[in-house]
Amino acid sequence: MEKRVTFRGWFLPLCLIAPQIVISAVFFFFPAGQAVWQSLFIPDPFGLSSQFVGLGNFKYLLGDPYYRASFVTTAIFSTLVTLASMIPALFLAVLADRLVKSAGVYRTLLIWPYAVAPAVAGVLWMFMFNTRVGVVAWYLGQLGYDWNHVLDGTEAMGLVVVASSWGRISYNFLFFFAALQAVPRSIIEAAAIDGARFWRRFFTIVLPLLSPTTFFLLVVNIVYAFFETFGVIHTITAGGPQQATTILVYKVFSDGFVGQDLGSSAAQSVILLGVVGLLTVLQFKYIEKRVHY
Amino acid sequence: MATEITGMVQRRGAGLWLTHLAMIAGVLVIFFPIWLAFVASTVTQPEIVRPPMPLWPGDQLIENYTAALFSGVNVPVLTMLGNSLVMAVGIAVGKIVISLTSAFAIVYFRFPGRNLFFWLIFLTLMLPVEVRIVPTYEVIAGFGMLNSYSGLIFPLIASATATFLFRQFYLTVPDELAEAARVDGARPMRFFWDILLPMSRTNIAALFVILFIYGWNQFLWPLLITTDPSMNTIVMGIKQMFPSGDDLANWPVIMATSILAMIPPVVVVVSMQKLFIRGLVDSEK
Amino acid sequence: MATVELDDIHKRFGAEEVIKGVSLTVADGEFIVIVGPSGCGKSTLLRMVAGLETITSGELRINGLRANEKEPMDRDIAMVFQNYALYPHMSVAQNMGYGLKIAGLPRDAIAAKVAEAAKLLQLKDLLDRKPRQLSGGQRQRVAMGRAIVRDPAVFLFDEPLSNLDAKLRVQMRLEIRQLQADLGTTALYVTHDQVEAMTMADRMIVMNAGRAEQIGTPLDVYERPSTLFAAQFIGSPAMNVLPAEGGADGLRVAEMVLPNPAAITGPVMVGLRPEHLYPDPEGPIGLRVRLAEPLGANTLLHGTLASGEAFTASLAGVHGIGQGGTMLRLSVAPENIHLFDAASGRRLG
Repeated sequence: MEKRVTFRGWFLPLCLIAPQIVISAVFFFFPAGQAVWQSLFIPDPFGLSSQFVGLGNFKYLLGDPYYRASFVTTAIFSTLVTLASMIPALFLAVLADRLVKSAGVYRTLLIWPYAVAPAVAGVLWMFMFNTRVGVVAWYLGQLGYDWNHVLDGTEAMGLVVVASSWGRISYNFLFFFAALQAVPRSIIEAAAIDGARFWRRFFTIVLPLLSPTTFFLLVVNIVYAFFETFGVIHTITAGGPQQATTILVYKVFSDGFVGQDLGSSAAQSVILLGVVGLLTVLQFKYIEKRVHY
Repeated sequence: MATEITGMVQRRGAGLWLTHLAMIAGVLVIFFPIWLAFVASTVTQPEIVRPPMPLWPGDQLIENYTAALFSGVNVPVLTMLGNSLVMAVGIAVGKIVISLTSAFAIVYFRFPGRNLFFWLIFLTLMLPVEVRIVPTYEVIAGFGMLNSYSGLIFPLIASATATFLFRQFYLTVPDELAEAARVDGARPMRFFWDILLPMSRTNIAALFVILFIYGWNQFLWPLLITTDPSMNTIVMGIKQMFPSGDDLANWPVIMATSILAMIPPVVVVVSMQKLFIRGLVDSEK
Repeated sequence: MATVELDDIHKRFGAEEVIKGVSLTVADGEFIVIVGPSGCGKSTLLRMVAGLETITSGELRINGLRANEKEPMDRDIAMVFQNYALYPHMSVAQNMGYGLKIAGLPRDAIAAKVAEAAKLLQLKDLLDRKPRQLSGGQRQRVAMGRAIVRDPAVFLFDEPLSNLDAKLRVQMRLEIRQLQADLGTTALYVTHDQVEAMTMADRMIVMNAGRAEQIGTPLDVYERPSTLFAAQFIGSPAMNVLPAEGGADGLRVAEMVLPNPAAITGPVMVGLRPEHLYPDPEGPIGLRVRLAEPLGANTLLHGTLASGEAFTASLAGVHGIGQGGTMLRLSVAPENIHLFDAASGRRLG
């Protein structure tokens, strides 16, 4: 889509676009290029010189059991976060959709967690499950369950998943609710006349109509789980115990800043770059599809 | 006839109350962590350390919040709030300003390199700062921008979402308006100021809400580049309040800080709910 | 106040030539209507005069001065757009005064001019409203007002009435024409509506596929259309056109024989306006009526000729149709028979 009419001249538009181009070049393209460049080198321990290793960093990474484990961890983590944030959100949205008059009130209450930063959400959940002072951990203890996410990898994973999904429920709820409100009333009524009961209507009529939204949220939530949950993990588990919650983004950070292994960290960045690219392509497929709708 | 169908589709009586009940239960579960944090911020440290802690607010609200705001753990929370505000507003305003003008250039002009620039900007959509974190850090360090507001703000402005939003909006502005302005004698910048900018008001406001929250909630980036506690933002500062090793954390102050950290974005989201939802839907398209 | 001259104007979009050489001289104060079907290039032509499209070749002169390279604002023109193009965030007064503000007029001078135009257009009570609070007709007036306050040398109208309902269109048509006559401003007016063209124009230019088919007064075009296209485009209902063979005994149209006014031989196209037909028991034309549309003053009769071709007649008074279609015999005066070259479509005689 293009404008029929445009203004003449080339100097003014270049001035107008320059700030964004300069900022993107300095803080985006240069660092991204650096990441690719650095991924081909191994610096010496003192950072004085570095040795060109070609794809050596990548080869090493793909053979590294820790990195492979991190891939698996990320896959499990993002699948769980996506499910744990979308299913309750859909359920709440379906309920809210039936409460025409008071839906607005519930919506106002339910969007709160979205505004809470992932890192702060991490602190809140860590507080609840803290092995020393956590209320939930204490009550679990009373029930005979000994909660300790500091030592137990599965419990740690469970906690970061719940803490990461919590704020996301708000986000997904908003989109599902908007999509449900957009389902034409007449279609529901036609199904009702055909004799379909509520849940049957929901699974055969409403859910298929929601599929564009669902697909969009799937992609967006996976991206969220991949990149934006850093704060949750850093505050609750710092990747532990024994790397049980070290997702790929966290490993870029811990290898690059804590471990000072710049070459490997850069190679990991490049791999992540590929993952993001893939997700973006997926997202565009979706947009294309929606255009043809 | 119509009412009968409505009756079939919408529940009444017991079903309706069940729905409300389920909804309220959902809201309570979702709210529980926030409630607990609030309670913790109103009681004393011993009350928390001796589990189970109370589930109803205590009488230490003023003491805890005063302690947090004016002394904190490493640095007064007031300072961190100020830093967060500068960062969030800086990112929102900066991104909006450069996007408004670059989208204007791309939509309303034909100039050499236009397509190239368009694709360059488009590419920045794809990479969150977390992925290019190490080299970006090096760039900032090289410029001597560690522990500075510009170091906090600039790398997070370098993304194209806002540019695309404004581009989409400009494309919906009828061609005739630009033509009428030309006939009226408006030169490009005049058209931008007098016509395009006022027409974009709602979009700008919606985007501001989204970007403010995005900026306020940043964690990793400020964690890396603000080594000086007086430059800490509140969201990352909370993590710094936990003692290393086995010492006991000052829970009431930490929880008061957590509540303080979520108040500004929550107020923005709830009070500007319509704009927020619109911004959310628009910027994700 | 101003003359406008178009001298062999061409416009090319890439490989496609959309205006294929149009020349026209507009006298001072004249109201010119550019009329044609959609896609004929009429709007493009107007936009080139406005300076919103560049001119590929040819020269445009406003008041005798070359204007090809001038910016719109330097051409001393004002334009009324099809969708009015009112600035949505500005009040009526601000919309009307925007051009003056840019020109740097003092505030009270702007206010005086806006007030004057508002009085002329009965917009006085609406000056503080926003465009979205106005009806279609009111928006149309504001767009007019915006053009008037600048006191331009030339008014340009791009289908300004097409978004209004039929009744309002008739009323605004009159108002625009009166206003233009009172102000004495030269005007170019684009429309696809041949009734607007007939009623408003001093002269009209009938366009088709990037060419001016005919330039002339409305009656001129109606009475002596210079091409088959102009003949069929102007006039309602449209002219009946039938292939015929000219001979010594007259024009042979299928099995009918019509008078041959210009004594032309060989294949021709015959044009008969529906309103020029009259009932005549001895008439050469036999119409089997399928449908009658009584309009009160006259009746439109649609049907077929014996040769099977569709044919329409407009007869004064009321006519009905009987069972299975009435057979009606019609005649036409020789001076009302239009002849066109079968190949080129140009008028003969």
